[in-house]
Formats: sequence, structure tokens, C-alpha cells
Amino acid sequence: MMKKLALTTALGAVVAGAGYAQGIDVKLGVLNDRSGVYADLSGEGSVVAARMAVEDFKAADKGLNVEIISADHQNKPDIGSNIARQWYDEEGVNAILDVPTSSVALAVADITAEKNGVLIDSGAGSTALTREQCRPTTIHWTYDTAALANGTGAAMTNAGGNKWFFLTADYAFGHSLQENTAAVVEENGGEVLGTVDVPFPANDFSSFLLQAQGSGADVIGLANAGGDTVNAIKQASEFGITQAGQKLAALLFFVTDVHALGAQTAQGLSLTEAFYWDQNDATRAWSKRFMDTHGAQPTMVQAGVYSGTMAYLAAVEAVGSTDGKAVAAKMKESDIDDPLFGTVNVRGDGRAVHDMYLFEVKSPDQSSGEWDLYNQISTISGEDAFLPMLDECDFTKQ
Amino acid sequence: MFELLGISPQVLLGQLLLGLINGSFYAVLSLGLAVIFGLLNIINFAHGALYMAGAFVAWMLLHYLGIGYWPSLILAPLIVGAFGILLERTMLSRLYHLDHLYGLLLTFGLALIIQGLFRNYYGVSGLPYRIPDILSGGQNLGFMFLPNYRAWVVVASVLVCFGTWFTIEKTRLGAYLRAATENPALVSAFGINVPLLVMLTYGFGVALAGFAGVLAAPIYSVNPNMGADLIIVVFAVVVIGGMGSILGAIVTGYMLGIVEGLTRVFYPEGSAVVIFVIMAIVLLIKPEGLFGRAA
Amino acid sequence: MAAQDTDTDTIAAAPVPQAAGMPMLHKVIFVLLLIFLAGLPFMVYPIFAMKVMCFALFAAAFNLLLGFGGLLSFGHAAYFGGASYVAAHAAKVWGLTPELSVLCGTAAAAFLGLVIGGLSIRRQGIYFAMVTLAFAQMVYFFALQVPFTGGEDGIQSVPRGDLFGLISLENNIALYFFVLAVTFGGILFLYRIVHSPFGQVLKAIRENEPRAISLGYNVNRYKLMVFVLSATFAGLAGATKSQVFQLASLTDVHWAMSGEVVLMTLLGGMGTIFGPLVGGALIVTMQNYLATFGAWVTIIQGIIFVIGVLLFREGIVGVISRWLKRPL
Repeated sequence: MMKKLALTTALGAVVAGAGYAQGIDVKLGVLNDRSGVYADLSGEGSVVAARMAVEDFKAADKGLNVEIISADHQNKPDIGSNIARQWYDEEGVNAILDVPTSSVALAVADITAEKNGVLIDSGAGSTALTREQCRPTTIHWTYDTAALANGTGAAMTNAGGNKWFFLTADYAFGHSLQENTAAVVEENGGEVLGTVDVPFPANDFSSFLLQAQGSGADVIGLANAGGDTVNAIKQASEFGITQAGQKLAALLFFVTDVHALGAQTAQGLSLTEAFYWDQNDATRAWSKRFMDTHGAQPTMVQAGVYSGTMAYLAAVEAVGSTDGKAVAAKMKESDIDDPLFGTVNVRGDGRAVHDMYLFEVKSPDQSSGEWDLYNQISTISGEDAFLPMLDECDFTKQ
Repeated sequence: MFELLGISPQVLLGQLLLGLINGSFYAVLSLGLAVIFGLLNIINFAHGALYMAGAFVAWMLLHYLGIGYWPSLILAPLIVGAFGILLERTMLSRLYHLDHLYGLLLTFGLALIIQGLFRNYYGVSGLPYRIPDILSGGQNLGFMFLPNYRAWVVVASVLVCFGTWFTIEKTRLGAYLRAATENPALVSAFGINVPLLVMLTYGFGVALAGFAGVLAAPIYSVNPNMGADLIIVVFAVVVIGGMGSILGAIVTGYMLGIVEGLTRVFYPEGSAVVIFVIMAIVLLIKPEGLFGRAA
Repeated sequence: MAAQDTDTDTIAAAPVPQAAGMPMLHKVIFVLLLIFLAGLPFMVYPIFAMKVMCFALFAAAFNLLLGFGGLLSFGHAAYFGGASYVAAHAAKVWGLTPELSVLCGTAAAAFLGLVIGGLSIRRQGIYFAMVTLAFAQMVYFFALQVPFTGGEDGIQSVPRGDLFGLISLENNIALYFFVLAVTFGGILFLYRIVHSPFGQVLKAIRENEPRAISLGYNVNRYKLMVFVLSATFAGLAGATKSQVFQLASLTDVHWAMSGEVVLMTLLGGMGTIFGPLVGGALIVTMQNYLATFGAWVTIIQGIIFVIGVLLFREGIVGVISRWLKRPL
């Protein structure tokens, strides 16, 4: 067994070019969920994306010796922070990528600041990463709960969904997603009729859905994630809730979730994402390569790992070292033109600002293949999507 | 937030019904656990994993062989049961003379292996499984919309539970089983093949878990983690009912489904813990469980 | 089968030595262990070594209850995790020094053990295990709901502080020797308990409870005492862990943690002195080095469980102890 495992590690490490005398050694650690609820939307796919970035950047030609390692944080902050610390102390890791699950991301952000690495977070949603717990070495690339709320919450309220009822996963992430969205709903003239806190994780939502139905709301906001959201949507359709005219808003939902649910059940669902494989030629070409290696279309989280890695490597090349603060500052200096996310502006607080998109899931007869899932409804500009920067978090001024 | 008094009788009635539906799963699962514990003295911690396996087998039958829901309802439990018999013959049978603890640890290990394997091959996003056409749609009961499939879940579970109870309590085969539980040496002296009886019982108990898995497949996502947390809840149900008591497991299963359903209305956050509160109270006041005989 | 139910000889694997003093062999092992541990942080990653020691102490505390008290608790995560929360809170919010924070956490675990133990010890066997599980689930629920624990974020960025207000523990090596002192001291203390007259009474109760009662021992009082002691040391381990990782989280109070400590004790050898230390070290090491392989970790753990139960019920140290024909 051990031999086989050791072999896998060897394959997992990409050592690119070693011929340069003054080459800079860069070690990237992809830290994410490889066995739990977020394994499909981040997991091995994020490692594939990071490797593609190293390839596309032609790191070897530019004198960077890049190595990628990865580990499973099991969505537990203690395991995640332990790995991060060990990576910085023992393995000489320079930057940590991905890190879904807010609790782990916040822990890793602190350690990263302490060890002067860089955290390029793609998978986590907490706005605290660039606000309450902002750090000079944190870059938050792909999305946050506020952006999702601004996308889905505002769009649905403006489309006439005035009365909301929330099913909230009873943990900090669920509550923050709900609060963000409720604020947006109220700003746009909507009203929150009620919320119910659902223990996490849950299999059966029928009882909570019935309460939501009884409230007479136009929109049922699902402030949960992963398998919980899938189950809630499935059961809403089973109990005739969607058929009776109430709309569902999945506040954090990924293309892999829609794929798992099937277009039949998910059709008509609105959701906000930062990236979809079928947006333009560049995303299609990249996603095809990704699909060929990984066997599934990329999620926005995996695309974010790719783009974040590209930007990081460019900054390392420009600075000429892997000093965390210097590289992060370099990334914030000017706008980045990214093949997948368009124009990206990394603000002083580390928030990467780019457009977000509101999608609607296609019905089975509109869909031409198992991954042909979204219609793009609208584009939300970065300034509208993300919260404004807090002054005390603007590290370019300090 | 709902006010306590703001809940109309209609909503309450709806919640009671939903509780009964969830209770159906608890009843079938805890029945399997109780049967196994009664005869084998083994706390089958792999029950949740085998429930998950039942759902996956149904999905695989459909996906690879095109076999639909109804045949799967029989086939999947048979396959899971056969797998259980394999486990019993190769591993569990070595532990009967030991403390309960070892059976629990072994099956806990098996659960980890089974869940890990499914996770490796099928990921964790879950796989879709459709409700059979004949059971799609639902009835408007006035106070709520009852999906036909959920009504079928209750009917199926009541039939299976009653059948099992009847077989064990009222038939000759059941009499052998009960006798073998009391005194295996004496029963085998009468010429009854006790190891065979034990093997089939484990296979049957596990098949019940597989059956519950197939029942669950169309409404919950078919997902490697679906049985992981369920096992300790179901286990609590068995303890509350009285370890090894068949009737206790069934009745408590339905009852706790209802209690949990009511908690979801009045104190939703607490619905995950209410069963354990009840378990603690029952064990402290009446340790043999609600339906158990005093030791 | 019912007749064989009471066959517990494999549970009570190793006999407790009669002599009050420490046998030579144990002395030698403890000294060698201490020398090894003193050099360890210079060979492996110190934080990893500290984690190993915390879990070794946790498993040893659990073993006091299971291996020497004959009581299987399925809720020890409550004391381990509860203490870790209180210690983290004490260090972060109240600004206490590390040793006081650890004391606070340990005291909280002792109190929790007193309450839960007082209610649970009246039950036996599997019922006892279930009552402890039920209470542990309530503790978990409490940790999830109350604001001070920070929900699933846990209590993060706990400052390491200055020992006795004097010695900074920011340095990993300094912290390591603090943790070494605490855990090694804890393990020696547990050893003393097992080999004291109190330990002898425990042994008598475990092997024949009615007889112990007829000899005039207040059995429930002894059981409660061993329960509280076990909870206290589990708490000491948890509180120390929160200082090492600067974090207290739901992982430590989840029922899977209660299962893990059973695994450690079983793998090493329950009812032995050194078994839990070996088991704890092995499991932590495995989790650490297999973290890259995702779902395979659970599969490998499961396989170890199965092989352990089928082939090595006495555990690693139990087997060695049988070969040497000496209790370890």
C-alpha cells in the first residue's frame, strides 16, 4: 500500500524546469477538501487547475521552479491550520491556494500573515477574509457571500420576489449568507417574512419547507451549501412547492451541484457565479483542456485557482522573490487581464474585484448535453457585486 | 420567526405526518439493528453504511443495467443482504464469544471502509435517482400537499415492520430464533443449525438497511455520507426502545420521528439533539428501554 | 451465546502489578521515553510532536476508565473538547497565562465529568456507553449554539502567551517543553493512580463487582472517582492541545473524536500502561502523513480497525507484553 501511495505523491508533484542558476524556487500548496462536501467543487480539480496555470505561465522558461503539493483539510480548522503551519515551517511553501470552508480559510489567513506567505483563497465565501479579519497577505479571488447575495438577492427581488423566507443552515456561514441576502432584499424594497434555522447537515427538509410554504413568501432563500441545498431543492419539487409558484433561490450553488441534481429538478433555479465554462471562446477552450484531464467541467472555484495562480506567478516574477507581503502588494498594483475572469482588480484589502453573473438553470429540452446547464441572465459589475473596501483594511496605504 | 401560538392546527397536522414519514425510515433501520443485536449480540455500526449501499446499489442497477425502481426494491436488499452474509461468515462470526465492544469496533471499521470506497469512486455531490412515474405527483390533503411517494414510504415500512414482527413473534421460525437468542447451546442440541440461523438473521437485518436505502434513494440525494450521521440516531432509537426488542424498535422509530418533527416546528435548531436528550432521560429512569425487559 | 456474554478476559488483558513501587522495566521505559521526547523536537516538526503527546495523554486518560475501570465511555470528546474551549477562551478573552488557561480548562472538564459521571455511573455496559454518548451529544449541541465558542469557526488565534507571565512560548521549542512537562507529568500521575490502593480497588470492582460490594466498598463512589479523574486528564489533554494549535473547534467535541480515542486505546492495547501512548502516536502519525490521500485515510483507518479487532485484540503493546510475559 505504502509504495503505491508514495508513487501517487511523486506524480502529484510537478517539478518544472531546474536549469536556471538564478531560478526562484516557488512552492505552492493546494489546501482543500478532498473527501467531504466540497471535494467535487474544489478537491483534485483545483490541483489540476493549478498545474495548468504553471504550464500556461511557462514558469520554467521564466526561471521559476514551481512545485505543487496538496492536502485534504477535511473542512476542519484544526487540521487545516496544522497543515498550513507545517507547510510554511517545514516544507517551505510560499503560497497556499483554494482553501474552501470559511472557518479553515480564516485560520489559514492568520498563519499565512504570521509566516509571510500568500493565501489566494478561491473556495471560501466569508467576507471576513477581507473585512473583520483582513490581512495584508490574503487575496480573496473568486466570490464571497456578499457578492452572491447581491447577485441573486437583488435580481430576484427586482423581478418581483418581494417576500422572502429563509432556510438557514445553523452555522456561522449559513447565518452570514442569510444576513447578507436579507440586507440586499430589504435594500431593494423586499421584506423578510421569516427564517428557520436548520441543523447542519440535514437530510430531510420537508418539515422546514412546509413552514416556508405556510409563510406565503414569494421566494424561499436557501442559505446552505452542497448536499443540503441539493436535498432541499429536490424535496421542494417533490412537495409541489416550486410548481405552486414559490421560487427557490440557491444562495451558494455550483455547476457540479446542478449537474448532480439534473436539469429536470433544477430547472428555473437562479444562481450567481463568477465563471461558467460556456461563456466565451477563452473559457470554452480552457474548460475543454480541464475536462480532458479531470473528467468534469470546472467550477468557478477551480477556475479561480487557475487565475489566482497565474497572477501570483506573474507577481513573483516581477518582484523577483517570494516574500509574501511584497508579492501580495505587487498583485494589487495594477489591473490583471485574465482569460477566465476578464479584468480583475485586486483591491488594497485583497478582494479581487471582477464581474459576477446571474444564471438560470436550463430546462431539459433547452439543454443540449449533460453539462449544458445555464442561461446567462445578467452581468453584475464588480463594483455592484462586492462590498466597498474598509479603510482600515486598505494595505496599500499602510 | 414563528411564535409558539402562531402555529395553526393545519400546520401541526402536516408536521405530524412528516414526522411519521421520517419515523418510517427510523423504524425500518432500527428494526434491522434490533434483530441483529437480539440474536448476534452485535451492535452493527455498519448499518448506516449499508443503508447507503442499498441506495447506491439501486442507482447502479438503474445506471449500468437499466433495472428500474420496483425490481431494485427486491434486488438491492438481496444484494446488500448477501454482502452482509459474506461479512458475517468471514469476520463477525469470530467475535460472538467476545464483549459487545468488539463487534461495535469491527463494524465501525467496516463502515469507514465502505463509505471511503464509495466516496472515492462516486464523489460526494450525490447522484440523482428519480421517483418512479407511477408514484410521482401527490395528493392535496387540505392541510398539506402529500407526495404520493412519501405515502408509499409509510405503507412500505409499515408492511415490512409488521411482517418482520409477525415472523419473529408468531411463527415457528421466529420461535427458533427467540430460543436461539436465549440459549443457543440448547437449541443446537435439538438439531437446529444455529450458525445458519445467525447468518441468515444478519443477512436479513442488513437487507432491511438496504431496503431503507432504496426507499430513500428517490427523495434524499444518493450520497456516500447519507448514512454516516444517521447511524447514531438510529442506534439511539434502538436503545430507547429497549435493546433487542423488536416491537420497541418499531414503535420507538415512528414515535421519535414524530417527536423530531414537532421539535422542528417549535425549536428547529434543537431537532438534531432531541433524540439524545430523550435517550439520556429514558436510560436514567428506565435503563432497559421503553419496551425492554428488566435484566 | 448469552452464557458467554460475560467473557471479558480479553478486555482485562493485563494484570495490574501488585507491588507499590515502580518495576524496574517501567522505570527504564519511562526514562528512555523522556530522553527520546527531549530530543524529538529537533528531529521532527515540533507542533506535530506536541499533537502526538496531547493525544497520547488523552488516550491514557481514556484507558484509565476503560482499561482499569472497565467502563466504556462513548462521550470522552465532551471533556477533551470542552476543556479546549474553556482554555482557549481563558487565554484569548480573559488574557490568562498559558498554565492558568490550561488549569481553567482542566477544571471545567473535571466539573463536567462530575455532573455527567454522577448521572451515568449507575448504568452498566452498553447502557453506560449510550448515556455518556447522549450527554456528549448535548455538549456538542451546546458548543454549536452558544456564541462564545464561535460556531464552526471555533475560537481562533489563541495567543500563546508567557508561561507564569515570564517565559514567552512563541518559540515552538519553548512551547514543546511546556507541553512535554504537562503531558508527561499527566501520564506519570495516571500511572500512580493505577498502581495505588485506589487502583487495586478498581481492579477488584472490575473483576467482580458483587464481591467488591460485599467487601464493603462503596462501588459507585469509586466508579465516580475514576470517571472524574479520567475526564480531568482528558480535559488536561484538550486544554493543552488548544494552546498548541491556538485553536479550539467543533472537531474536538464531535462524536467521531470519542470514537477515535477508543481506536487509539484499542490499537495500542487497553489495560496496558504504554498501549494508549503507542496507539495515540500511531493514529496521529498516520493522519498526518496520509493527509494527502484524501478519502484513503478513512479506508486505511477502517482496515486497521478491522485487522485490529480480528487479529490483535490485545493491541500492539498487549501482544508485546504477552511475549515478554510482563505487564507493560
